Amino acid sequence: METKDKYKKVAYYPGCALEGTGHAYNRSTKAVGKALGLDLVEVENWNCCGAMEVKNVDPKLQTYLSSRVMSTAANEMDMDVVMAPCNGCYHNLKKAEYDLKNDDESVEVVAKLSKKAGHKTYEAGQVETIHALDWIKDSIGEEGLKERVKNSLKGLKVANYYGCMYTRPRHIFPEKDAGPGSESTSKPHFMDDLLAAAGAENVEFPLKTACCGGAHTLSDSDTSTKLVLNILKTAKLAGAEVIATECPTCHSGLEMHQIRAEKNFGEKVDIKIMYFTQLIGVALGLSTRKVGVHENISDSRPLLREKGIA
Amino acid sequence: MRSITDLGREIERLDVEPDPQAAASRLLYLAEEALEHWVEEAREEEPTMESREGFRLLALHRQGAKGDPSFNACRETCREIVYHYNLVTLEPEHAATTHRVEMMRMVCTHLYLFISGKLEVAGLGEFCCSSKPVRLAESEPIRKEA
Repeated sequence: METKDKYKKVAYYPGCALEGTGHAYNRSTKAVGKALGLDLVEVENWNCCGAMEVKNVDPKLQTYLSSRVMSTAANEMDMDVVMAPCNGCYHNLKKAEYDLKNDDESVEVVAKLSKKAGHKTYEAGQVETIHALDWIKDSIGEEGLKERVKNSLKGLKVANYYGCMYTRPRHIFPEKDAGPGSESTSKPHFMDDLLAAAGAENVEFPLKTACCGGAHTLSDSDTSTKLVLNILKTAKLAGAEVIATECPTCHSGLEMHQIRAEKNFGEKVDIKIMYFTQLIGVALGLSTRKVGVHENISDSRPLLREKGIA
Repeated sequence: MRSITDLGREIERLDVEPDPQAAASRLLYLAEEALEHWVEEAREEEPTMESREGFRLLALHRQGAKGDPSFNACRETCREIVYHYNLVTLEPEHAATTHRVEMMRMVCTHLYLFISGKLEVAGLGEFCCSSKPVRLAESEPIRKEA
């Protein structure tokens, strides 16, 4: 089956963040899927991917937790593709896939824990894990998106922020850096491509994969705030009005530290932060409410109205 | 070696206007100095004098990331510094030169912030609840039991 068709119906793994702080990402991803005629079937009884916390305690337990999600999709739902819009989940599922292909100890631990939990053991290669960016880019494409745009984002200057987990470490993403048309790990462009197709004007943004200090947001909040502040200021200096995100952790970090920067360091950077799915949704003619723009901390609706977009 | 905070101060205060090319060279040097801090203080190694793809900065990054994949989170930041340096020095007459040096300053600031944050975390060492070996030992019985 061609990729284009294969991605039209995927197992949807929202992950914990999309049921909490990233709710607007969940809402807009589902709304965009529906508007584009793409079918999302939520993974039944999904669990945490192991995130940072479990990975820090024991990486093998994280591999198991991620493998269980893939096992459910493959063995209980008969799906070939799992789509994870969260960078953390996407990264962890890809890492589990890599470990199960290359590390005997991981295979052994996953087999033991799967048996104890009473489900089929996931075997490497049973499913393909993709990000929400791959999902839209490969199933609809830029041309397909252009044809469906009802509300061009023309005149909206966007800095695309991918965060650090979407492309790192390189070896767990064998499909990236694979020649023309593939995603780049050093200069990712899928979000740029999609938003350009929706009419936005992407700015040259040198910190698109830079660290936002997300992992230290609780233990060393000031460092996180300074890193985020620098990202916001750089985007502004690049001429952006909006930072587009594709990860709930990055998004929350940018929004929360934007407020903290003003409160603790007296520095206010007037820039809006929106999920790329919200921007695509608006371009497809969906209302801002439908894609959860009202749920963001920074209210982008006045800017969108000013630009004649919403 | 001066403190990393002083280094950050110089990045922030550097005047890019009168001579953008000189400012770009200085910023490249300051970025190298930030990496030297990491290599010397966190890794307790002698910073390399070698270069990679024509830049010592990239060789220092490689040295800093050896065996520590999390340090790769600043790989593209270093490459962006090199990219901006090339833009400024190869096209000095370009209308956007001053803007390009300003962007280079922002990217250098990011590298400095990233490294100073990493140094703080590395300085904490492995102790109490943040101790990975202790946590790993605690989780071992869970796996064995399975």
